[in-house]
Amino acid sequence: MSQHTKRSVCARNRTVFLSFFTSNTPLCPTASSTRTASALPLRGKVLTVDTMNANVKKVDYAVRGPIVQRAVQIEKELKEGVKKPFEEVIKANIGDAHAMGQRPITFFRQVIALCTYPQLLDDNKFPEDAKNRARRILQSCGGNSIGAYTTSQGIDCVRHDVASYIQRRDGGIPSDPDNIYLTTGASDGIVTILKLLTAGEGRTRTGVMISIPQYPLYSASIAELGAVQINYYLNEEKCWSLDISELQRSLHAAREHCNPRVLCIINPGNPTGQVQSRQCIEDVIRFAAKENLFLMADEVYQDNVYAEGCEFHSFKKVLFEMGPEYSSKVELASFHSTSKCYMGECGFRGGYMEVINMDPEVKAQLTKLVSVRLCPPAPGQALMDLVVNSPQPGEPSYQTFMKERTAVLSALAEKAKLTEEILNTVPGISCNPVQGAMYSFPRITLPERAINEAKAKGQAPDMFYCMKLLEESGICLVPGSGFGQREGTYHFRMTILPPTDKLKIMLNKLKEFHQKFTQQYS
Amino acid sequence: MNNNKKSNMTNIWCMVPMREKTLTMDTLNPQVKAVEYAVRGPIVLKAGEIERYLEEGGTKPFSEVIKANIGDAHAMGQQPITFLRQVVALCTFPELMDSPSFPEDAKWRARRILQGCGGHSLGSYSASPGVECIRKDIAAYIEQRDEGVPSDWENIYLTTGASDGIMTILRLLVSGKDSSRTGVMIPIPQYPLYSAAISEMDAVQVNYYLDEDNCWALDINELHRAYQAAKQHCQPRVICIINPGNPTGQVQSKKCIEEVLHFAYEENLFVMSDEVYQDNVYAPDCQFHSFKKVLYEMGPEYFSSVELVSFHSTSKGYTGECGFRGGYMEVINMDPEVKAQLVKLLSVRLCPPLAGQAAMDVIVNPPQPEEHTFKQFHQEKSSVLGALAEKAKLTEQILNAVPGIKCNPVQGAMYAFPRIFIPPKAVEEAKALGMQPDMLYCLRLLEETGICVVPGSGFGQKDRTYHFRMTILPSIEKLNVLLGKVRDFHISFLKEYSGLE
Repeated sequence: MSQHTKRSVCARNRTVFLSFFTSNTPLCPTASSTRTASALPLRGKVLTVDTMNANVKKVDYAVRGPIVQRAVQIEKELKEGVKKPFEEVIKANIGDAHAMGQRPITFFRQVIALCTYPQLLDDNKFPEDAKNRARRILQSCGGNSIGAYTTSQGIDCVRHDVASYIQRRDGGIPSDPDNIYLTTGASDGIVTILKLLTAGEGRTRTGVMISIPQYPLYSASIAELGAVQINYYLNEEKCWSLDISELQRSLHAAREHCNPRVLCIINPGNPTGQVQSRQCIEDVIRFAAKENLFLMADEVYQDNVYAEGCEFHSFKKVLFEMGPEYSSKVELASFHSTSKCYMGECGFRGGYMEVINMDPEVKAQLTKLVSVRLCPPAPGQALMDLVVNSPQPGEPSYQTFMKERTAVLSALAEKAKLTEEILNTVPGISCNPVQGAMYSFPRITLPERAINEAKAKGQAPDMFYCMKLLEESGICLVPGSGFGQREGTYHFRMTILPPTDKLKIMLNKLKEFHQKFTQQYS
Repeated sequence: MNNNKKSNMTNIWCMVPMREKTLTMDTLNPQVKAVEYAVRGPIVLKAGEIERYLEEGGTKPFSEVIKANIGDAHAMGQQPITFLRQVVALCTFPELMDSPSFPEDAKWRARRILQGCGGHSLGSYSASPGVECIRKDIAAYIEQRDEGVPSDWENIYLTTGASDGIMTILRLLVSGKDSSRTGVMIPIPQYPLYSAAISEMDAVQVNYYLDEDNCWALDINELHRAYQAAKQHCQPRVICIINPGNPTGQVQSKKCIEEVLHFAYEENLFVMSDEVYQDNVYAPDCQFHSFKKVLYEMGPEYFSSVELVSFHSTSKGYTGECGFRGGYMEVINMDPEVKAQLVKLLSVRLCPPLAGQAAMDVIVNPPQPEEHTFKQFHQEKSSVLGALAEKAKLTEQILNAVPGIKCNPVQGAMYAFPRIFIPPKAVEEAKALGMQPDMLYCLRLLEETGICVVPGSGFGQKDRTYHFRMTILPSIEKLNVLLGKVRDFHISFLKEYSGLE
């Protein structure tokens, strides 16, 4: 051997005899390591699936889970020229509007570009209203740069703008900027609040009530934090509405083995798309007040309401309209994001949360906790500012802004309706109205044989179904088991985001597939 | 309507019995309570109060607060790198591709990044480990930096600042109970993200002391001591190193890094090397050695087995882009099953911010000598780094001229961590007030001069020694003023507490 490594190691005995000649050939380290590896005892890894954080192992996040990994693999295969029964993979698994061709709002990108490269403030191609907002944001940033850290709660003027927005949205009910925290997407805020709430041990461990079906950020966070997941089932027969009796049932059952302290609700709903009625929201607030539950209201889809007769009612507004008995007591955190609605700016990781009636000492702890991560991304904060401080009538950019916003929202409304209609023509598929948000969550009937085959494979039946769909048609959806559903029922979640023509093609392929699948397994 | 509601509230408030809140200090996650982060802690809150007081017209013995507490270069007037901002602006608003005021070098980089984005938009989620072409660019950068040591792009993960990556890796590592609970070895003094993360995750903090008398070097015997002591009550699994160091500014020698890696190999420790200041090396006799490269040069047995994660960021260096929250980590020798778990964990948070990923791409793929933009880029970069080197030297010199202050050379990073002599009377007063002596010192400094620095107790230090951390980021004029004020304050502080009456 021209170069060799001689060594005898005995970690336990603390004696190490080491002599080695370093290899200076960058091109063949592997060759030499194979040569020497066989001669020496293999050092066990420090970090293995046995020694790692057990809670992390329990985490599942279906939206980017195994089916998506397979979809990505198939995309690579297509690129390499492998023949498939389809030409492209349609990723209808994730609420990413731009990825599916939706255009950004021009005004927003103008302002962010101005903030990023302030030399553009001298460029006369940028409208004055964009420049004014950019200047205002920059003035609030350290060194007038979005490259500076912001305060951990977020840029002051942005928080003020968020508070004003909330006040306008909620018919004048005051919002205190000091209760506003900018976040790195809504997910960040949700996880932070759950962290505060997770305490106790065994029977006193924090229980977190979540809707079934739910957006699996909640179940994932609960698993990682080691809190207790408490399921309350939405009523599929009644358009996925919330039953107070079901909340009661679930709470009572949970009290046997944990300490229920939080109630999470997503409105408009993900994956279900339901928009809760005002009465329902009142009932939930009353329930939370009575049972001493901290309310977390995930309202990221607040601008995505399509169905006639449906309206977004913010939890904060309803809370305050219920009078001081509730509005001075119920602890509430509401979440919003730049990723959804008509903006679709997922990649900016922008969001905010408003905390109502939080104990002041706990609030100080919250501020301390977020300070460790310094601050949310400044471009995302700037974007959030524009969402809450968009062009007003009379401003130069108003018309274009409204045109773009309306185009996006009406396209979504159209696609929501289209999706519901087409899916409901398929025997064996039943789709509740997509009242809001960005998804449909249809119920699928699976033949007994298919269910058995899935189970034999150790796969959830709807995963089995979705995998076959992917392999045969290139359509990537997420099985209902990734969101939770009643035992013995199966669903999938698909987004309504592809452009209308692609959506039509997709829905028809789905129809064909389902009929074929049903026949095949009958 | 609003007014009536308000007056109703006031009336009813007295009548309704106070319901005990669900979330109180008693029911709050105890691990959150344990967390401390001095860099934005009590002294900074106080500085904020004073700033607001000044804004509202209040008078103080000074006209402005100088925030020398945080490594935020732009906040102290450092200018962004033009090219970087051009690329990110082009990515943000691709209509600018038609503008003649943007160089072609910037445009092709922006096009390339956008092509890697869903719908060619920065507004799409990327894959959870980051945009593929950016990961590849980072791998190429690392290979070049490390003179050919191979880097696999699939081992690269973009992160939301380095802090995000550090916390994610620690989350994977924390396991066990009681005496088998994960112990995390951290330098004292350290950047308090580490202690905060350890508190939050309820891991065990294992301190190893850097050697102040030896320029804050790492002493292998001290590592052994710390490890042996820790084994009594926990399972040490990780060793964290910050090089160049924060708060200490030392740049570790290659030999030292080898010793650490050898120690990690011997004791089966996972190595986390925080290298965010890799471009901030000022002392002419110092050089940045990446942990990865040194590991490679130690031979295949080490290079194929030591589990190492290295971290970098857009926040420091010469770009100072803190607000973008950009960073990456390179993961070496991670068990493939654990790696899959890591990817799964990252996927729950979807992806790091795209603007930060784009900024990171420019850092690892900057203008090359043959490109038109190189001249200006190089000028700006040299100017920033030259100024930092100058300020590092200035700070060390001025502080060392103060009786009762001793400052180790600021070899790298962005901070000075001078040792301060605090008279026993002041120590007693501090204890009577229930605060750390260096906190008392720093609060007095803040009240009398408006200068905000962070007490050494926030970073950790040997018992009965006191320090503060200040940044070297203010402009040279302001820094001179700041250092003069610190000198004057220190002398008067010594006088005040030295007399017997």
